[in-house]
Amino acid sequence: MRSAVITFPGSNCDRDMEVAIKAVTGSQPIRVWHQETTLPDVDLIALPGGFSYGDYLRCGAIAARSAIIPGLIRAANRGVPILGVCNGFQILTEIGLLPGALMRNAGLNFICRDVNLRVEATDSAFTRQYGDKAVIRMPVAHQDGNYFAEPHTLAALEDGGRIAFRYCDPDGKITKSANINGSTSNIAGILSEERTILGMMPHPERMIDDALGGRDGRVVFESVFKLLETA
Amino acid sequence: MKARIHITLKPGVLDPQGKAVHHALAGLGFDGIEDVRQGKYIEVDLAEPDKDKAHAKLDEMCRKLLANTVIENYTITFD
Repeated sequence: MRSAVITFPGSNCDRDMEVAIKAVTGSQPIRVWHQETTLPDVDLIALPGGFSYGDYLRCGAIAARSAIIPGLIRAANRGVPILGVCNGFQILTEIGLLPGALMRNAGLNFICRDVNLRVEATDSAFTRQYGDKAVIRMPVAHQDGNYFAEPHTLAALEDGGRIAFRYCDPDGKITKSANINGSTSNIAGILSEERTILGMMPHPERMIDDALGGRDGRVVFESVFKLLETA
Repeated sequence: MKARIHITLKPGVLDPQGKAVHHALAGLGFDGIEDVRQGKYIEVDLAEPDKDKAHAKLDEMCRKLLANTVIENYTITFD
């Protein structure tokens, strides 16, 4: 499987992403710098977490106007699976490849800990290997993960089954106290209309080995890898 | 020509920072505050002498980068 990881100035999870993709798929991802204007022909593109441009103006706003972005949009239009984690999710919403916006956490704090997530959609490139409504654990590390969408956008996400993950309690209940950052409807990750783009605040690349605390994150990469294997 | 751009959260969009500032002001004894909303202020100095053309250019800048119109409104004024 060929994959690319895009690095922006201030990305800091790009190496973790590279290691995770290589660990799961066995192939070395191609590293792409934001100033490049074309992406290699790949089967998966990942936008890593971090603090691109120091979160100046808005998180992901300046990265979303990088030279590489038109190439990313062309790849998205061709149906290439795209994964955006944390700052990568913020960048995808700023580009407009995913709807809504990530705002300052309701409690204003930077939140860095493991959280429980419920898998809400198992019919996407990135979630097809999860069990339906499975409760999984992954770390979060963000200050701006409070997902906001206008009511008509939210309705489109709900009706289209495009909410991939929600923050939940250990029993899988979607509660207010499990909603770590004030996100609308406990949303932790969403899918594009074509279900080929996933944006999520939790970090699957940090949960790929028992030595890291668990393997729940591997499934994101295994899902897309197995999809391509059988294609 | 110097332009002043004010970017504010749309009504109905939760503003946790504004809320925190509100609580802090109340803690200092300022009562009677109904609401606090926090925004951004940006100055842009343009070489363009024509006000209409400058406004059109700034409007495009706001839509393409300076504001996120999913959650923010913006206003452009000149000195």
